[in-house]
Amino acid sequence: MAKNKNHAGNPTQVKTKKKKSFINVGPTERVLSALGGAALTYYGLKKNKSALGIGMATLGSSLMVRGATGYCPVNKALHRDSAHQTINAVEIKKSLTIYKYRHDVYNFWRQLENLPRFMRHLSEVKQLDNKRSHWVAKDPTGRIHFEWDAEITLEDENKLLAWHSLPGSEIENAGEVWFEEAPGGRGTEVHVNIYYWPPLGAIGQGIASLINPALAQMVKEDIRQFKTIMESGEIPTIAGQPHGKR
Amino acid sequence: MKALCWTGINKLNVEKVPDPSILNPKDAIVRVGLSSVCGSDLHLLDGYVPAMREGDIIGHEFMGEVIETGPEVKKLKKGDRVVVSSIIGCGGCYHCNTGAWSLCDNSNTHPALLEKTYGYAGAGIFGYSQAFGGYAGSHAEYIRVPYADSGMFKIPEGISDESALFCSDAFPTGYMAADMADIAPGDIVAIWGCGGVGQMAIRSAWLKGAERVIAIDRLPERLEMARTHGKAEVLNYEEVDILERLREMTGGRGPDRCIDAVGMEADSTGIEDVYDRTKQYLYMQSDRPAVLRQAIVACRKGGTVSIVGVYGGLMDKFPMGAAMNKALTFKMGQMHGQSYIPRLLDYVQSGEVDPSYLLTHKWSLAQGPEGYKMFKHKDDQCIRVAFKPAI
Repeated sequence: MAKNKNHAGNPTQVKTKKKKSFINVGPTERVLSALGGAALTYYGLKKNKSALGIGMATLGSSLMVRGATGYCPVNKALHRDSAHQTINAVEIKKSLTIYKYRHDVYNFWRQLENLPRFMRHLSEVKQLDNKRSHWVAKDPTGRIHFEWDAEITLEDENKLLAWHSLPGSEIENAGEVWFEEAPGGRGTEVHVNIYYWPPLGAIGQGIASLINPALAQMVKEDIRQFKTIMESGEIPTIAGQPHGKR
Repeated sequence: MKALCWTGINKLNVEKVPDPSILNPKDAIVRVGLSSVCGSDLHLLDGYVPAMREGDIIGHEFMGEVIETGPEVKKLKKGDRVVVSSIIGCGGCYHCNTGAWSLCDNSNTHPALLEKTYGYAGAGIFGYSQAFGGYAGSHAEYIRVPYADSGMFKIPEGISDESALFCSDAFPTGYMAADMADIAPGDIVAIWGCGGVGQMAIRSAWLKGAERVIAIDRLPERLEMARTHGKAEVLNYEEVDILERLREMTGGRGPDRCIDAVGMEADSTGIEDVYDRTKQYLYMQSDRPAVLRQAIVACRKGGTVSIVGVYGGLMDKFPMGAAMNKALTFKMGQMHGQSYIPRLLDYVQSGEVDPSYLLTHKWSLAQGPEGYKMFKHKDDQCIRVAFKPAI
């Protein structure tokens, strides 16, 4: 799973959004992809029929295509676009370790309806079918609601879940969670990357820059509550307890 | 109900507040029988623990009777007489499961506050500022106890309220100090501070097999208590040169295990005291570390320094060179009450230790502000004042 981390998570580069053309690979990357791809294919084929050789050749040829066409399906899946450096994504990263078995942690998250139990920025998640779901979220003030449909794009049981919003969403977003066994029986490591693209183009970007730090903090706290509810069965609170005059 | 609230630095007020209610399924409500002051409360009062909010109910060392339980409370029931750990632990995280309850990952409701300075936040603590969860404290007629099955312990028949009370905090803290010190046969243990925790550390050092116990303070009544109840040899740091005396008393080796039961508002003598107080007053250091410095220098080579006195932030002139070159071991932490309380209740029940002698004053809740004033200034030979809401 360590490779998945690098593949899916290099999130510092996941900062742009494709608007016009299908090209989502920048010029430098295209040249490097083409050259690197050609070299990989050549050495891969030279290695003849070994598994490594075939793998190298396959990867190499896809890199060549990426370089030649400027289109990368991985970039697309991740909303990564190194060709149009315009709209920044809000990127939220959080890693934590949960003292529970990996399959329990995975199953709790996979049941998407569970998410609003610990994520205060979500008011509702409804599973439409096995892959698609409807989400309702609110901004940190609780006044503005956003809705979107999302689709699970990658699912590797007990290991990885990735999703992105479907066209027509009020907030475009994508995310991935991967689950790894922590060493020495210390539970399950959960690594979450969530990306939001602000609505309404450039104006949205202005509004988003005001909201984003609060939103990012809220989502991070929400993910922490996932751990708390998994481990302790409830979310500790002091809301409603007595206090003196303040 | 009546409750003792923090209203500003060195300001306490008894106020009428709403009764607590069950907020989570694992909560219980306890009618407070006795609730003790603790030296660490003085750091809150003096303004050295950040994130106190006006109106916060303080107090964390208490016992009482269960009057209501949430649907997920299974082990204890209405009517049980209980002593409650001052530290709140969820019981489900890695740290709780390995016995390190004060490191609980989940019980602090405001972990982000501490993470900024500490990297990671510790457990919630009753009545101990927003940074430690903002939980309402025990100087009140009733208190809500979260994760009640983990933190409440039924008091066996035959143990009085007064004897059980200090199993909530002072005894487990002192016991943990001795436990962390890794006392081996032949070891001489020196303990700085003869307040409630120091007195319990003395008793616990014996339980852990110390050869000799030396207690250090400046107040004659505390040293007397350490001598009579604790059977310790005592030193008054205002009368003797502590480093020189410790060297003499240990055949020139130095004490093997040194326990700091004082913390960040240590008093000392001479120019060092003036220096630390000035810097702390100007907020150039948050912690006044005279005791810790002395313990490090006094400790024998290869010895252990065990710290249960509370520190909050940064300190100045920490003798790291002495610590490193003498190969000292440092162990420290808020106490893991849930790990220790059952065996401490056994010691109390068997009569080996009866901590009730710490209780020098039993007052009503209405006398809360006055009680803290007496405790802070060590007036009337006060070791501990506990408030009894029923008075």
